[in-house]
Amino acid sequence: MIIPDFRISPRVDQVGIEERASRVTKRSIKKESKMNGLLLALNMIDLTTLEGKDTDGKVKQLCYKAQHLHDAYPGLPTVAAICVYPSMVKTAKQALGNSGVKVASVATAFPSGQAPRDVKIRDTKYAVANGADEVDMVISRGKFLMGEYNYVFDEIAAIKEACGDARLKVILETGELGSYDKVRRASDIAMYAGADFIKTSTGKISPAATLPVTLVMLEAIRDFYYVTGKMIAMKPAGGISKSKLALHYLVMLKEVLGEAWMNNEWFRFGASSLANDLLMQIVKEKTGLYQSKDYFSID
Amino acid sequence: MAKTVIKKSNIHISSNGMEKHIPEKRLEVLKTYKIYIGGQFPRTESGRYYVPVNKSGKKLANVCLSSRKDFRDAMESARGAFGGWSGRAAFNRGQILYRMAEMLEGRKAQFIDELIQQDSTAAQAEVEVNLAIDRLIYYAGWCDKYQQIFSAVNPVASSHFNFSVPEPTGVVAVIAPQNDSLLGLVSVIAPVIAGGNTCVVLGSFDKPLCCVTFAEVLNSSDLPGGVVNILTGKSSELASWFAEHMDVNAVVYCEKDEATQKMFKEKSAVNVKRVVLYDKVNWYSDAGQSPYFINDTQEIKTTWHPIENIGGGGSKY
Repeated sequence: MIIPDFRISPRVDQVGIEERASRVTKRSIKKESKMNGLLLALNMIDLTTLEGKDTDGKVKQLCYKAQHLHDAYPGLPTVAAICVYPSMVKTAKQALGNSGVKVASVATAFPSGQAPRDVKIRDTKYAVANGADEVDMVISRGKFLMGEYNYVFDEIAAIKEACGDARLKVILETGELGSYDKVRRASDIAMYAGADFIKTSTGKISPAATLPVTLVMLEAIRDFYYVTGKMIAMKPAGGISKSKLALHYLVMLKEVLGEAWMNNEWFRFGASSLANDLLMQIVKEKTGLYQSKDYFSID
Repeated sequence: MAKTVIKKSNIHISSNGMEKHIPEKRLEVLKTYKIYIGGQFPRTESGRYYVPVNKSGKKLANVCLSSRKDFRDAMESARGAFGGWSGRAAFNRGQILYRMAEMLEGRKAQFIDELIQQDSTAAQAEVEVNLAIDRLIYYAGWCDKYQQIFSAVNPVASSHFNFSVPEPTGVVAVIAPQNDSLLGLVSVIAPVIAGGNTCVVLGSFDKPLCCVTFAEVLNSSDLPGGVVNILTGKSSELASWFAEHMDVNAVVYCEKDEATQKMFKEKSAVNVKRVVLYDKVNWYSDAGQSPYFINDTQEIKTTWHPIENIGGGGSKY
């Protein structure tokens, strides 16, 4: 694979990308297609808890929720994965057993990424050794903004190696990058360095995922696919808590990357409260009654 | 709406030599009557409007014909505002209701004018507005007092201190009286919010001007956005959505229509809503105000608090 010069990554037309992104919000999705979209989105969720106050009990409860989203309606899909800190991986792995729900772990001094490289590598290896199926790393935004693209590239490559068989998600933290041009460049660096997923945000910084930023990254994935023939997955994370917005993301995904990406192998939502909103909409579609949070699990 | 003719302006030369145009009649700026959701004045999501006409054939305005999605959005606002409003000190809720009365007093002339457009006589209109203001003051006073009236310490045959207190029931969906478009509206909203609930209210269909203008009063009186949400439109279209929404905790209906009353009672069973019917109340009489209206949208919480043995302690509870 020829590594391109990242200094000349394609520039992004800001007005154009925002205009295009806003257009997907105008689609009307009703009835059967809405139902299918809701179920698909539910199946794409990385149900997340990343808080200092996380405990084994909280993680177990979340794992139970992942497998029993709303038992009043049998036949609902599960979420794709649980996303936790490395110290919680063992608990999550045990709680999920062979349910098919994957365990993703953030690593590399999440969320700041401000740690020496060997610490980040050990962090990653710890998560994988405890059974993480996927690793969500953060890039060194400081180095990236200083223009040290080689440093960022080498770091991602080193973490990828430490991951072994686990799939690597690379968090760009787009809210800290400052422009679409830089989002595009960071996406290119991550994909060429070996990322399996590129992910917008940690969820700790505002703005987190937005439609335009996601569109820039989806286009980077498309261009990478045209050049290398290799599919890269996408994960917007943070700030997606409503079903309607999730459907907008699916519309965008379908229009930019197409059918092949429309499953949880290639697209994920990083979210905690989206699951309940999707469930409420699904029950609304089935019963015709607007729903209340009182009748769903507490987030 | 108003017929406006612009005649050729008179041109005067003022003392400093500047030309002054004095038009004989200026173009009147007409108000757009919009709905009130979450402290904002959006147009209906549906894009539908209707034109109510008074008895003398005058078209009153283009008024939003709200849809179930407007109701859904209003419900979200009301639910979002519930924690903050019910958590406020009762005294502070009283202050805000009093402020609403002050604001209404300040816009008395406008309300009288609108009521006259909606077929009231000048005398009737003045009585209605005055009563509406007084009613707000009345419930402002009750905000921190009804709890004492409806609370109780209960005798029980075990070593417990047992007491009951009223708590707001949650979000109340209200179909306001169709005829007394201001007084009726105020009389049903005030006890609901005095008791710490939030609400979504459908105003009068034929006489919708006052309920939109009343929303402007609410918006300028320290009442947090979302506590009261006001829609205009057809009761026949929206009533069943009011009854079936799982997040509504109580419904208030003020008309005598038996089929609708029956519908409310049946469909509210889906999540055991409180159904409150005010079909026999004369809002102009003394019976049109009472703390029992507040109690209608409260639920009573009873607490069993363990205490030492009642025999030994000599407690009579």
